[in-house]
Amino acid sequence: MFKIVKKESLNAQTDRMTVLAPLVAAKALPGQFVILRADEYAERIPLTVADYDREAGTVTVIFQKVGMSTQKIGELKEGESLLDFVGPLGTASHLDGLRRVAVIGGGLGCAIAYPQAKYLHAAGAQVDMIVGFRNADLIILEEEMRAVSTNLIMMTDDGSKGERGFVTDALKAQLEAGVEYDEVIAIGPPVMMKFVSLLTKQYGVKTIVSMNPIMIDGTGMCGGCRVTVGGKIKFACVDGPEFDGHEVDFDELIRRNSAYVPQEREAAHRYNCNLMKQAEEK
Amino acid sequence: MANMQMNKTPMPEADPIERSRCFEEVAKGYTEEQAINEAKRCLNCKNRPCVSGCPVGVRIPEFIAKVAEGDFEGAYAVIKQTNSLPAVCGRVCPQESQCESKCVRGVKGESVAIGRLERFCADWHMAHAKDLPQTSYGIPKNDKKIAVIGSGPSGLSCAESLARRGYEVTVFEAFHTAGGVLVYGIPQFRLPKEIVKAEIDELKKMGVEVLLDMVMGRVITIDELFEQGYDAVFVGTGAGLPRFLGIPGENSCGVYSANEFLTRVNLMKAYKEEYDTPIYQARSVAVVGGGNVAMDAARCAKRLGAEQVMIVYRRGESEMPARLEEIHHAKEEGIIFKLLTNPCEIIADERGFAKQMVCDVMVLGEPDASGRRSPEPSGEKITLDVDSVIVAVGTSPNPLIRMTTPGLETDRRGCIVTEDGVTSSRPGVFAGGDAVTGAATVILAMGAGKRAADAIDAYIQNK
Repeated sequence: MFKIVKKESLNAQTDRMTVLAPLVAAKALPGQFVILRADEYAERIPLTVADYDREAGTVTVIFQKVGMSTQKIGELKEGESLLDFVGPLGTASHLDGLRRVAVIGGGLGCAIAYPQAKYLHAAGAQVDMIVGFRNADLIILEEEMRAVSTNLIMMTDDGSKGERGFVTDALKAQLEAGVEYDEVIAIGPPVMMKFVSLLTKQYGVKTIVSMNPIMIDGTGMCGGCRVTVGGKIKFACVDGPEFDGHEVDFDELIRRNSAYVPQEREAAHRYNCNLMKQAEEK
Repeated sequence: MANMQMNKTPMPEADPIERSRCFEEVAKGYTEEQAINEAKRCLNCKNRPCVSGCPVGVRIPEFIAKVAEGDFEGAYAVIKQTNSLPAVCGRVCPQESQCESKCVRGVKGESVAIGRLERFCADWHMAHAKDLPQTSYGIPKNDKKIAVIGSGPSGLSCAESLARRGYEVTVFEAFHTAGGVLVYGIPQFRLPKEIVKAEIDELKKMGVEVLLDMVMGRVITIDELFEQGYDAVFVGTGAGLPRFLGIPGENSCGVYSANEFLTRVNLMKAYKEEYDTPIYQARSVAVVGGGNVAMDAARCAKRLGAEQVMIVYRRGESEMPARLEEIHHAKEEGIIFKLLTNPCEIIADERGFAKQMVCDVMVLGEPDASGRRSPEPSGEKITLDVDSVIVAVGTSPNPLIRMTTPGLETDRRGCIVTEDGVTSSRPGVFAGGDAVTGAATVILAMGAGKRAADAIDAYIQNK
């Protein structure tokens, strides 16, 4: 059992949870992920490591309560425990030696982009964080991100905070203004990563993206997380989760991620009906 | 006087139509009367050819003699001396190509049903264990610590052999349930998971510690195990990395590796409503491959409610590597065999879900290196209407240990290189099972685990 030592809400949909898992905390690095399971009946859910504290033996994850399984985890309170917490999995990011980097986060992707920016900032790199949200209510980690970046450029789809527009608009402005990045790191919804990669390809800037495919074991065993990179099949869990954005087949990733949408919708519906029934009985 | 009946005493089986809709065990096992009747067919040969056919050297005529006398617990004790998982082996071993292939009774008529008798003894023991005096192992500890990586057949058998000799054994398992392929791969209707759990609980009673959720190489490396005071390490990480066909459309939704499909069903229990893991509800399923894993996947797909399930195999039926019994059971349950059929493309609908599979019709040519006649395209193509494809064309060893263990030699297939089948290139690191041989059988892995335990014992004694 893995105790939840801290849990807080970052916005209406998003929770941050810190879990006591000393063995995982001892090894975790930016870019890696964990797999967790709430109870005996639950799915195995992969979540990227958002932060870790080797001394306290804790690992922090940030998740959006969108489906039944993430809602189930969202129900757990501080002091309660997760049944399983496995990791660290995947290959760590290669961040050493980078001097000037654009770290791009879209929505929940900021949770994963943040530790990368933090690591780079601590290593003395110049970090421009370009982050995008649908609106001001959904913004997470603003202060944290500001603290680890040289410039924080905030974009919202509706202009309710920062500039109105997409992260690609801000990145394009930077590139047009002649900013020379060693690397662009883009983490967010697949469609955002796709358009960032298309843009940076025009400017010849190396771009790393982080995949979030469906997976079960996280150790290379199921092949459910396969993605096509440079025309070859790669397993996101062992070969990734980070890949060269100019090589990834994003359209395939988007299609594969929709494989269980009907089942997920039904499961979430059933779960919410049960919750309401329980509430009425009380 | 031996029972000279020519054929094996039949074992009751669930009705094919009924069972193809549920996950209950197919083979029901012998009653006491049936077991005694079958045991009496054994001639108790002096030179015991059957024992030479067993990878773990079960003393077969001895245990069968005890069954014939009605001393079932005594029979179980004889088996247990050399086989750590009798309830498992009695169900999934290919006895027809091992012990039973050497049986004298098989020269004229059918061999003694050794596998069924082994299973009977193990099941009898489990059913009566609570009434029997508790086995107290009370083995004196020798203060030597051994790490076993992987809780599949090779790891469990190595752990038990070492625990019996007084070693302090810790088994590290990556999944949340111990058992390796016995829990994620082999389906409930062939090997009930309660049985695997009971065998592992027995191991824990012997003092073996089993740690779950430990992806070794990532969370702890082999070098770190030695730093933590382990005296030797056994690597039994199996061959878990799925191979794909490499054909267009293979990444469409509804296309699974057999590993993924079976893990969703067997480990994550997607077939039970109270479990959350989803599985795609297919109408027409093609399983590509001709081995036991393909049969398991096809029979699971049928049980999940598919109207049509096909085995698609590029050679003929006599070239199929699956056990005859598995092929027979699959056919009984209505699985369609599309032989000499080789997939060349999967076509998806506009949402990216598989809808058709185009295949080459093959003809058999000259025998290849494996001695099997190699299939060649005839030029004709057929198109199968399918909404799910399960790829069961083999697996290779997982790379995590070799990626994180400097100095551990592996071959080009990723298998750990050993001088004698169990001793790796790294001092103190031993290996066995599919991680060394590539995908093989449960019992061969168990044999390797036992031999590795002998090698580890010798290594520690001489240190």
